[in-house]
Formats: sequence, structure tokens, C-alpha cells
Amino acid sequence: MTGPPPWQRNLLFVVVCLAGAGAVVSNLLQSDAMTPPREHRAGGYLQPAFRDVVERVDAEFAAHWKKEGKEPAPPADDLTRVRRLSLGLTGTIPSLQEIRAIEAQLDGERIQWWLSHLFEDRRTSDYLAERFARAYVGVENGPFLIYRRRRFVSWLSDEIHANRPYDEVVRSLITAEGLWTNNPEVNFVTVTIDPNDEDKKPDEVKLAARVTRAFLGVRIGCVQCHDDHLGDHWKQEHFHQLASFFGGTDMRLTGVRENRTNSYRFKYHREREERVVPPVVPFQPKLLPPNGDRRDRLARWVTHPQNRAFARATVNRVWALMFGRPLVEPIDEIPLEDSPENPYPPGLETLATDLIEHDFDLRRLIRVIAATRAFGLDSKVPEGRAPLSVKHDQHRAAFAFSRLRSEQVAGSILQAASLTAIDADSHIIFQLGRTIQQGDFIKRYGDVGADEFNSQGGTTTQRLLLMNGEMVLKRTEDNLVANAATRILATAHDDAAAVEAAYLAVLSRRPSLEESEYFVSALSRNDERGRKSKMEDLCWALINSTEFSWNH
Amino acid sequence: MKILSNNCGAPQHLSRRTLLCAAGLGGLAWLTPVAHWLGRAQETAPRGAPAKSVIMLWLAGGPSQLETFDPHPGKPIAAGTRAIKTSVKGMHLAAGLPRVAEVMDELTIVRSMVSEEGDHERATYNLKTGYRPVPALVHPSIGAVICHQLPGDGVDIPRHVSILPGQWPARGGYLGAGLDAFKVYGTIGRAANMTARVQPPRQKKRLEALRVIEQNFARGRRANLDEQTTLHNVTIKKALRMMSSEQLDAFDVSKAPVRTRATFGDTDFGRGCLAAIQLIKTGVRCVEVTLSGWDTHAGNHTGHATQNAILDPAFAALIRELRMRKMLDHTIVICAGEFGRTPKINRLDGRDHWPTGFSIALAGGGFRAGHVHGATDPSGESKEPDAPIKVAHIHGTVLHALGIEHDKEMMTPLGRPMALSKGKVISSLLR
Repeated sequence: MTGPPPWQRNLLFVVVCLAGAGAVVSNLLQSDAMTPPREHRAGGYLQPAFRDVVERVDAEFAAHWKKEGKEPAPPADDLTRVRRLSLGLTGTIPSLQEIRAIEAQLDGERIQWWLSHLFEDRRTSDYLAERFARAYVGVENGPFLIYRRRRFVSWLSDEIHANRPYDEVVRSLITAEGLWTNNPEVNFVTVTIDPNDEDKKPDEVKLAARVTRAFLGVRIGCVQCHDDHLGDHWKQEHFHQLASFFGGTDMRLTGVRENRTNSYRFKYHREREERVVPPVVPFQPKLLPPNGDRRDRLARWVTHPQNRAFARATVNRVWALMFGRPLVEPIDEIPLEDSPENPYPPGLETLATDLIEHDFDLRRLIRVIAATRAFGLDSKVPEGRAPLSVKHDQHRAAFAFSRLRSEQVAGSILQAASLTAIDADSHIIFQLGRTIQQGDFIKRYGDVGADEFNSQGGTTTQRLLLMNGEMVLKRTEDNLVANAATRILATAHDDAAAVEAAYLAVLSRRPSLEESEYFVSALSRNDERGRKSKMEDLCWALINSTEFSWNH
Repeated sequence: MKILSNNCGAPQHLSRRTLLCAAGLGGLAWLTPVAHWLGRAQETAPRGAPAKSVIMLWLAGGPSQLETFDPHPGKPIAAGTRAIKTSVKGMHLAAGLPRVAEVMDELTIVRSMVSEEGDHERATYNLKTGYRPVPALVHPSIGAVICHQLPGDGVDIPRHVSILPGQWPARGGYLGAGLDAFKVYGTIGRAANMTARVQPPRQKKRLEALRVIEQNFARGRRANLDEQTTLHNVTIKKALRMMSSEQLDAFDVSKAPVRTRATFGDTDFGRGCLAAIQLIKTGVRCVEVTLSGWDTHAGNHTGHATQNAILDPAFAALIRELRMRKMLDHTIVICAGEFGRTPKINRLDGRDHWPTGFSIALAGGGFRAGHVHGATDPSGESKEPDAPIKVAHIHGTVLHALGIEHDKEMMTPLGRPMALSKGKVISSLLR
């Protein structure tokens, strides 16, 4: 049920360490050069079509802040934004080497240059695929014989890496057919099969709930059992008529197939007998194509350019990945229409329109959001200005804090300690080390599961793990394999440079004057051995700071 | 008026009734509570002092009722499994549990548990929280509910503990990750991650360095960021107090008398059961001890023989030791898995998942002693046991035995009211 037994893991770790030592030596000898992105159009963000949409979003936010009487925080520096992008898109912080390369870019160009790099980096598609998959199929490993989560995620990663239009990806999921091994997208359907069910038929109700929540941002699933008593206008009928589009989805030896003769039957609350439920969409019926197989029609309706719920849900999810919290909360409950009492948040409609007009290009959406003023706001204000309040967070007049997820913390610890980027190009042995240790760490730190984007405070268990745990010890103690502290000290030309490198590697920023003075003087009072332990202490303290464990 | 619920550290979880009472100052309160209290009057309060804590022996994978608490000797569905007499006349357990049979006079066995979840993960969620899984909300496990509702004064160590956690350890759910069970992977020696990696003088320097970084970070940021949002320094303080607390010894069974340890069996699970007693004595509210390996789709009898050999001495010793230390009256012991197993033996000599008519055992804390509730069909044909009890009702009953208003409504972070348990109190299970 779980991974390899502990002794095996430990043994593997020793092997990794021994083999890794060789890799490190060669790493140290390598120059600091990082491959530049192949496809970066300098100034691409200055194109009018791009600048216009960013300016419109900015104007909407400015109007909102003015109305709410909240003066926005000043812009954050480039490295703070780079850190946000790396955490949101790759699940880890930028490496020291990457920071150096970013800083070599022109002022004003760095963020979009960094995005060009991230879009070519396999880590981005892998990580985004995992985050999207949580909404599509959850985190469970599901019925093993008919479901392969890993295949599904790696298929999704390929689609994202190829920048396939998002509406096409979603249509592939809804209409998937065949074997879960050959056609990995089929796993979207087979994950809903109850292995104890004798027919092994995909579950129409689960599929309808997933489609509405993940793709449309509508929570219609609550009316599965009864009409909504909480004030929304959904009726039980709406839900089951939607489920009926999956009524012909069948499972045979050759995999998932459409069975045109099957129909969906359901016994409504307060009715005595089951009856055949016709496939009807819950809103905008005009957009439903009249002909074709049921799932095909549904897929076209969901992703129809005029079905704005789809574009809004996509914007909200991508926004959430980048900010650590969605524009509309909860992420999958976006009203179909806005009203004066309950208006859409600034940016939502403009970004949705832009997404539709640009053929559901996720990369463009990410670039636009990254260029907005809201994304670039600081989470602090300079001295002398009125202090920030929770209200600033609520109105996005400051960058809101969100706690890093367990894999982001694990990834960041390992990344901080390695100086060069741990990515698909890096030595396979490091990759292996990363995965094993991350798994163990995540188990203890606590994975949030499919329950995304709830920013609760940290826990005592997490603090104990970071203060006293194995992973942080291994990453900070005097250990040649993967130890930032030792390597920084060995290569930096003076103490101030060493302290600065440690700050950049762990917190992606330079130390303040006070910080620099404090740590430089701590280093200078020591012999070589003493200096090593001072450097370890610094790395330990940086990793245990609020700043490290939060996106800010 | 006390508005904040006990000891949670998270003021957002106002109980709905408290909220209504508070609103009542404005003249609204007569609505719900009175009708509610009238309804409550018919329910009996737990007799004697309410229980204080819970030990949950979690049999992950789904143990077969037929090879544990509900044998049907001589019937085809027994497939050869015999029954043995217990310390209570006329009551039998499966032959694999001879020592548990000796303490049957302390147990309540429910043989008619029913649920609608036949998948491991969903059923585990169901048993641990009393709710079926739903999208967009995670319910708290029973241990988290207890910690949230009952005070924890003077306890430095985590009050919700999972020893040898399996794949889905108990969680705090909407009550907050701070109430997730604290996971313990071994019970010999000092608990993991509780010791600073450097000597005290250097640790002091490290914490000083950390303060320098924290001060810099706080500059220009929200004044109450730590208390209100990150809880970072709040939890560091808690962690440091924990690291220096003598109560940590409760995690370590190596100092317990050799003879006592021996009665629990020379297994991690047995040691976990002994640690559970030590922890409860220290003030911990809920300890879950997991024994995996019950998912016997193939070779059911051999699998259960192995597992019973671990469970039997540990469970029996746990009951005896609690009784001897006079802790049984205020400690509820629950021994359960996520579901039972099919009466029919499959082609691999295994039994498959069976969520209708499975067994759980309960003891102590106001539960009846030497009692059996419900019965399953000896032919194995019927899916409906006599006197069925839904999983939620066990939760309602356990909370009630702890003196907690089981149907009290909490406000979830998304503003949805949710009862602690939607189950009923089954009075016939209580003394």
C-alpha cells in the first residue's frame, strides 16, 4: 500500500549519497552558465494586444482599491516575483545559479524571460499536471486494475508541455475512450469505477460532479440527493440530467466505450420508481450541439467559447496556482452571473475574455497574470506608511500570504541546498534522491490532499520536522554531497558574499544591512571549523523562518 | 458569556449555538436553542463521570468479522473457523482471540455495523470521522473533535496521537491541521524530531539568529501576522516547550517493567498499545494505534491467524492494564477496521470487502461490559443484520459518553454549519 520499506529507502539513500559525491565534484567544476530559453521574444510583453489586457486588469483593480479605500502596497522586487512564479509553477524556489542568470537580464524584462525559461522546463509541466490532476481525479491511487494515476499525470504533463489549447485537453478528458494503459486520458473516466461493483461501470454521478466542479467552477453536486435548500437555484434534476450524458459510458474488455443503447436511470427523492433521465445541460442550452454522441456533445458544450463559466473556472484555477489562493473562493463555486450585491472580482471577466480570444492558451494567461500589478504587489510597506491589515489581503491590495504546501517545502529545502537547479536535465541520481526524501518528508509534514488552497497556519509537527528533522540536518550539516553551507563557504570570496549567497539560495533575496552585519560578524570571530558551523546555523535559521515556509 | 470554544487556538470555529446565543443579545436566540433543549431533555446524560479519552485500535484493511468478533462455527460461511468460549457465559469469539476472550466481561461487541462505503480510503474516512466523504470539506476525525471540545490544560505534548500510522491517519479536517494526529513511528526511546540536533548553547545561538531573520521579515508587514495567519512563532514556542517536557517520556515504553511489556506481545503494535496507556495517563485525549494487514483478498485464514496473533495479546493486555490502573472507567477503547469481509470465500481462499454487517469492539468509559449487540445471518445470504447500527451512531454515542454534545453545530471555514456528529446516541450500548 505504501512505498518501499524504510531499510530499503535508507540503503537507497546511502547509494545515492555515494554516487552523488562524484556528481558534485563535476558540478563544482562546471561554469555557472545556465541554458537560456530557446524561445524568448524580448519585449514580447510590449505588444499592444498584451499590454492592453494587462492595463485593463490593472485599471479594474485600481478602481476596486479606490472604492474600498485601500491604498495598495508598493511593487515587490523582481526576485520576490520570481520566487512566487517558481513556487507556483514548479513547486520549488529558484536555484542560486538561476537567480544569477535572471539578474543578468535587462530591467523590466526579467519576469517574462523567467517565464520563457519555466515554460521550457519540464518541471513546470510536471508540476502543473500534478496540481491540475488533483482537481480532475483527486489524489487517491484509486482502483488499481483499471486506473493508473501516474500515467494520467504524465500524459497531462505532455499536453501542458506542448502547450495544447486547454479546451482541447478538457475535451479529450470528457470524451476519452479505450484502455487506461494505452490512452492515459481514459483514467479520468476509470477512476470513478467502484472496483466492488459487479458491472464495473464508470460512475455517472461522480463524473458529472467532477466535470462541473473542475471545468465549470459550479458546485451542482450538492443537489445529487435533494434540491438545494441553501438558496441556490439548482434542482436535483439539473444534476442528474447532466450525469445522463455519461449514461452510455461503458466499460468492456477493450476499455471505455460509448454504448448508444444505454441510458441513465435514477429514482428522484420522493418518487417511488426509477425513470430514464434525459441528457440536458443545466444552463445555456443553445450551446449544446444537437447531434453526436452524448459525451462529445457535453464536451463541446462545456468548452464552448460562449460558455463563459469554463473560461472563468480556468482563470480562477490558474490564478490560484500563481497566488496560492483563487480569485473567487471557494475555487469551484463561481456564480454564473454577477450582481450588484455580488460582483465578480476585478480581473476575472477581462482575463476570461482574453483566454477565449486567444484559443485557451494557458501560457498567455500565465504571462498576463504575471504582468499585472496585483501579482507584483509587495506583502509589506515601507516605513512611515500606514500599516497593512487583513483587509489589504482580502482586497488583494497586498500580496496575500499562503502557506507552502508540503511538496513545495520539501522541494525548496533540497533546491536551496543544491545551488544549481534540480531539474529534468540534472543528474538522475539527484532526481532519485529528491523523490525519495520528498516522499518521506511529505508523509510527516502532512499533504493537504485534494483539499487545495486552504491557508491555515503551520503546525507544531511541521516546526519539529524543520527544526530537528533528518532532511534539514542532512541539508545543512558538514556533508559534501548536498550541502549549500559548506559549498558556499568554500567558493565565496569573503564572508559578506557567503552570507549573501546563503540568503539568495534559501530565501531568494539579499540580506538586509542588519542581517548582513549580524551574520558576517558571527562568521568573522571564528576559525575555519567554527565558521562552518556558523554557516550551518545560518542555513538552519533561514530554513526555519516564516519567510521560507510561506509564499509572500 | 463564554463565546470561544475550548482551547482550540482558532477563534474562527464558533459553535453555531454559541453564535446564536451571542446573537440572542440582539433578540434572536429564542429560535433554535429552546426547541433544541426541549428535544434534548429526553436524552439521558452519561451516568457517572464522563469518559476523558479514547484509544482507537485501528485494524487497517478491514478485518473479517468471522475470524474475530462474530464467528459462525460449523456453518459453511465459517469455512472451518472455530469459536471459543469467553469469560461471559454464552458469548463466543473466534478461536484466534483466546486472550481477548478472557476479558470479554469488559467488552461490548457490536456485530451489526453497517456502512455504505466499500472502498478502503472512503470507508476509513467514514469510520474515523463518522461522515461519508464529500467534496470540498474534510470532516475532523473523532480524536480531533475530542481535543477541540475538551480542555487540555497542562499538557505540553500533542493531545491527538497516531502510533504506527497507516495510509490515512486521523486528521483535524475543518477544525484545522493543528489537530491532525501527531504521527509516531516507533515507541522505543525518545520520540522522533523531539531533540535539537545541536548542543544547548549552539541551539540558543540558532534561535537568536532566527529572531534576527524574523524581525527583518516582520518589518512593514501586518502587525498580527503571526497570531492571525502564520502561527509560525506560536508553533515554534509550542515545539520548544514540547522538546523540553518530561511528558515526552510517555512516548517511550522502554522504561516500562519487562513483565508488563511482555504481556502486550513482542510487536510494534503491542508496544504501541502500552505507549497509548502511558500517553492517556499524561493527559493525551486520543491515541490511534494502527495494525495493518487485514486486507485478505487471498489466503484469508492464514492472514488472519498472523494478525490475530499480534492483536490478541495486545488488545487483552491493554484492557487488563487499564483496569489495573483504574483508567478503564474514563478511557474508551475502540477496536475497529474500515469494514468487514464477505461471508463467501472467494477463489483465492480470501474474503472481499463487506461493509454491511461487520463487527467492532468497544470497552470502558461507560460502555457496557460483557455485552453483544446485533447479529448477522448465519447463512451469509442476507446483507441486513439484526439491529443494525450505522457508523455515525457509534460516533454520536462515543461523544455522548465523553460528555460532549454530539449534535452541536460548528461553523466550517466556508461558513457551512456542521454537527460534530450526525449520529444518534445508542443508549443500549451504555451502562
